[in-house]
Amino acid sequence: MTGPSRPFLRIRGLRKKFVAAGGTTVALDGIDLDIVRGSFVSIVGPSGCGKSTLLQIIAGLVDATSGAVFLDDCSVEGPPPSVLYVFQQYTRSLFPWKTVERNVAYGLENRETLSRASIAARTREIIGLVKLTGFERYYPWQLSGGMQQRVAIARALACRPEVLLMDEPFSAVDALTRAGLQELLRSLWRELGLTVIFVTHDVDEGVYLSTRVVALTRAPGTVAADLPVELPHPRDQIATRSLPQYLDYRAQLLAQLFADEGLVATEVA
Amino acid sequence: MTEGTAAANPVLPDTKAKPARRHTLPWKTRWLGVAFIAVLLVMWEMAVATGTISSLSVPRMSEILVTWWRLILSGELLRELGDSLWRMFVGYFFGVSLGVLLGLLMGYFRLFYNLLEPVTEVLRPIPSPAYLPIVILFLGIDDEMKIFMIAFASLFPVLINTYSGVRSVDPIQLQTARTFGVAGRKLVWQVVLPAASPYIFTGMRVSLAVALIVMVISEMVAASSGIGYFILSAQRGFKIREMFAGVLTLAVVGYVLNRLFVAIENRVLAWHYGYTQQLRN
Repeated sequence: MTGPSRPFLRIRGLRKKFVAAGGTTVALDGIDLDIVRGSFVSIVGPSGCGKSTLLQIIAGLVDATSGAVFLDDCSVEGPPPSVLYVFQQYTRSLFPWKTVERNVAYGLENRETLSRASIAARTREIIGLVKLTGFERYYPWQLSGGMQQRVAIARALACRPEVLLMDEPFSAVDALTRAGLQELLRSLWRELGLTVIFVTHDVDEGVYLSTRVVALTRAPGTVAADLPVELPHPRDQIATRSLPQYLDYRAQLLAQLFADEGLVATEVA
Repeated sequence: MTEGTAAANPVLPDTKAKPARRHTLPWKTRWLGVAFIAVLLVMWEMAVATGTISSLSVPRMSEILVTWWRLILSGELLRELGDSLWRMFVGYFFGVSLGVLLGLLMGYFRLFYNLLEPVTEVLRPIPSPAYLPIVILFLGIDDEMKIFMIAFASLFPVLINTYSGVRSVDPIQLQTARTFGVAGRKLVWQVVLPAASPYIFTGMRVSLAVALIVMVISEMVAASSGIGYFILSAQRGFKIREMFAGVLTLAVVGYVLNRLFVAIENRVLAWHYGYTQQLRN
């Protein structure tokens, strides 16, 4: 892995139009972003602003209408092997006919020419990393929501991706579980040197987790704010969230989003 | 079979919804229904013994059972049954295989759907006895004809259910597989087929009943062996007890086949019942 500052994911002039019977919707209207290796970028915005679409285009699951995504100078045309996606709907993304360990091993079995033994070893290791040891033989639907999302994260991480794309991954779990998942994700990000692009509608979550927060406007989505988050590491759910800088970032972003929605007229300093 | 499922998942004793069998009063269990059958059979026996029903067309139940036992011991009934079941399973196997294949193609490729949907809808409503004479013209009256009849009739329920199953595969599951670089035939094997399997099983269960019916019908129309042939020739030879014994055999076979099917289904689709229960909560 090279230095943490080389921009290796470049998004250029990305536009996405959806044509439906009712007319044409422009979901994304000219997005330019450079994302450096090892960063944790959150994308926040109102629902329907195209942030999930942006993530799906980066993942190669959806084609852009115009513009391009470059990963290490290669144009993304289909799902790149070094990019993996964690869906919001873990109940639907995990395969219900496979046990936890079969789900986690799924990517490994399909992607890499590894021996059965090394697949098993890596599966075991990654299940330990997301603290699910002992649940290998369970089916996902026998686990709580937070545990299921950990299975989905483990399944992605087992393939050792460079980039992890996460679409509101913690929005369906309760607040305490979410805090636990946030800590787990932060520690995995730091340990594994991942680049994370994290879509959320929750500004607090975005600021707390990230090294950078990008706010999108309501559709047609453009970049409304692009904020580097220079909060110290390691972060702490209580201490970090009480820092003046944290509150300042949060206020700036909320002011931007509220202004877009016409909710506040006053400027927040 | 159900016990086998529990043993396969030793870490999950609590997930099988069935509680351990405790001592329950017999009229709160299925034994009530079993006893009811026994009562009906006794009533049959009495009705014939007292002359309420003519013993010429309906023999006593006890006589039927004795005849049945004699036919089993002599091996005659089992030989006929063996011929029938062989035809049925070969036909069923081909019908189900082709039904799954065509259902997959139609669900997966719009082209196949547009090509095959109309012909399916035209052929499907024809009751199988109606085309039996045509099949005899082409295939004669031997096993080929019966196997074809059974396969053709078993095909449609499986085809239609497989098609619905493929159409209802969760797009997020497909996208998930795509992010792992899985596509094409691998995607079908790894995601589409397992996700559609509850539908496929529903179709297979309907087809099993259909296959049994078509087997008997085709053997009654033209055959020199098989349980359908046995029943009809017994009736023609005024061997009424033998005729009833043949029908009794079909009741037992139908029951056993269905129980066997449900046991396999419960085992293969255990994940499906757990999963849908979770979605409902």
